[in-house]
Amino acid sequence: MRTIYMDHSATTPLDTEVFNAMKPYYTNRFGNASSIYSMGQEARKAIEKAREQVAKLINAFPQEIIFTSGGTEADNQAIISYALTNKDKGNHIITSAIEHHAVLETCDFLEKLGFEITILPVQPDGLVEPEVLRKEMKPSTILVSIMHANNEVGTIQPIKELAEISHEWGAAFHTDAVQSMGKIPIDVKEMGIDMLSGSSHKIYGPKGVGCLFVKKGIRIGSFIHGGGQERKMRAGTENVPGIVGFGKAAELALLHMAERKEKLDHLTNLLKEGIMETIPSTLLTGHPEKRIPGSVSVCFRFVEGESILLMLDSFGIMASSGSACTSGSLDPSHVLLALGLPHEIAHGSLRLTLGKDNTEEEVKYVLEVLPKVIGNIRKMSPCAAVN
Amino acid sequence: MYSKKVMDHFMNPRNVGQIDSPDGIGEVGNHVCGDIMHIEIKVEDNIIKDIKFKTLGCAAAIATSSMVTEMVKGKTLEEARAITNKAVAEALDGLPPVKMHCSNLAADALHAAINDYMSKQGSKMEFLSK
Ligand SMILES: Cc1ncc(COP(=O)(O)O)c(C=O)c1O
Ligand code: FES
Repeated sequence: MRTIYMDHSATTPLDTEVFNAMKPYYTNRFGNASSIYSMGQEARKAIEKAREQVAKLINAFPQEIIFTSGGTEADNQAIISYALTNKDKGNHIITSAIEHHAVLETCDFLEKLGFEITILPVQPDGLVEPEVLRKEMKPSTILVSIMHANNEVGTIQPIKELAEISHEWGAAFHTDAVQSMGKIPIDVKEMGIDMLSGSSHKIYGPKGVGCLFVKKGIRIGSFIHGGGQERKMRAGTENVPGIVGFGKAAELALLHMAERKEKLDHLTNLLKEGIMETIPSTLLTGHPEKRIPGSVSVCFRFVEGESILLMLDSFGIMASSGSACTSGSLDPSHVLLALGLPHEIAHGSLRLTLGKDNTEEEVKYVLEVLPKVIGNIRKMSPCAAVN
Repeated sequence: MYSKKVMDHFMNPRNVGQIDSPDGIGEVGNHVCGDIMHIEIKVEDNIIKDIKFKTLGCAAAIATSSMVTEMVKGKTLEEARAITNKAVAEALDGLPPVKMHCSNLAADALHAAINDYMSKQGSKMEFLSK
């Protein structure tokens, strides 16, 4: 059976070019980057090259990049280490209701330690209103953490404005850019970003490696304690092949950003229009234009997300959903609820996230299958309106 | 995640639909989270002659609905009433722990349909005895 992968916001396949760049560091160049003999120094050089590649992608200085075990660790370090290092200045942290759990759970943890956390609501399109942030700022606010692009509904936030407001109050601004880095241009200097989290496996790099950008002059301590790696900001023997892969993936993302975006915009438009034309009682979620390339998020009425996913899987199509039945709890995704969607609408959520290797032919196949799948499930649905 | 049997009943559900003038209707669900199960029965001589369902929910909810209809078709009302959600889950070769609550829906909807039938019968009897 053919398989069509449309879940690139969950993870992406490893680019062959990236894999080839990594391979030597698993085999003959296996040295520890802290060793002084030449094999160690080779590894060191490879890490520093990757640091330059990643820095370039967001217009940072290489010294401002700390390699981590992924986006989750970067979010943890940015928020926890910043809060602990700067608690003499205040104890108030602001974030948004649609953050990834890596941010929300981390803030929750700090709240238990005595920090004050404010969670900003979002507009129905997923945007954080800058004026809403301004109202919550106070002298004790030390940190604002608002994601660049949302993983479930794709909405891109007005980062520059949000960072400006944070700075007016003397707070640092962190953004989780796991879903945007490498897909849309990021310039940390121009956007006024103090800390930024990124992840390799969302941009055709290996899993288990990410980065935290910390602007020069920002005071932040180590999160993982131990040896002196990463300028004592992140202890532990470096994941050399992973870091090399992340560097290569970042280089390729920058090189191909415009053409990938153009292709993805074309494919997502086809997909969106096709869905809206062929499937009644459907709602697009997230912002209509301010979206990361490749992301289509919808809610179908009178159906449930897990059934959609399993039926699509039987046709070889891989996607995801924020429905309550897929969450393992009785609640739909916190993102869909934060957009103000009622439970019964969030119930029928489907997210298709396209990647650089998807084709127009695959989109057409999905447009053939999806209306049938939704039709079938609706035939089983007791909600009279469609029967 | 799901057993072969669950996937079979999910992909090829038995007895989907509605009955013309059913003798009993049961609808249960959690309208907040959105899962709803609707079962209709036709009863003759104390036996479930026909049964149909409609379900809005996950694969486990659809498969348990389908399974419960198969298990009770042709059975007496007493036999049908004795069916538990556990028995339905077992007939499907088990459900993941987080999905056990979905099988409650199926047994509950069946029992609601039988109760509905009984109460209608009860009111008929009262009417006759007057
Ligand atoms: C917005 C966002 N933040 C953080 C993460 C976590 O990144 P990682 O998987 O590298 O830990 C993800 C990925 O699932 C994400 O989408
Ligand atoms: S019906 Fe919602 S989890 Fe099964």
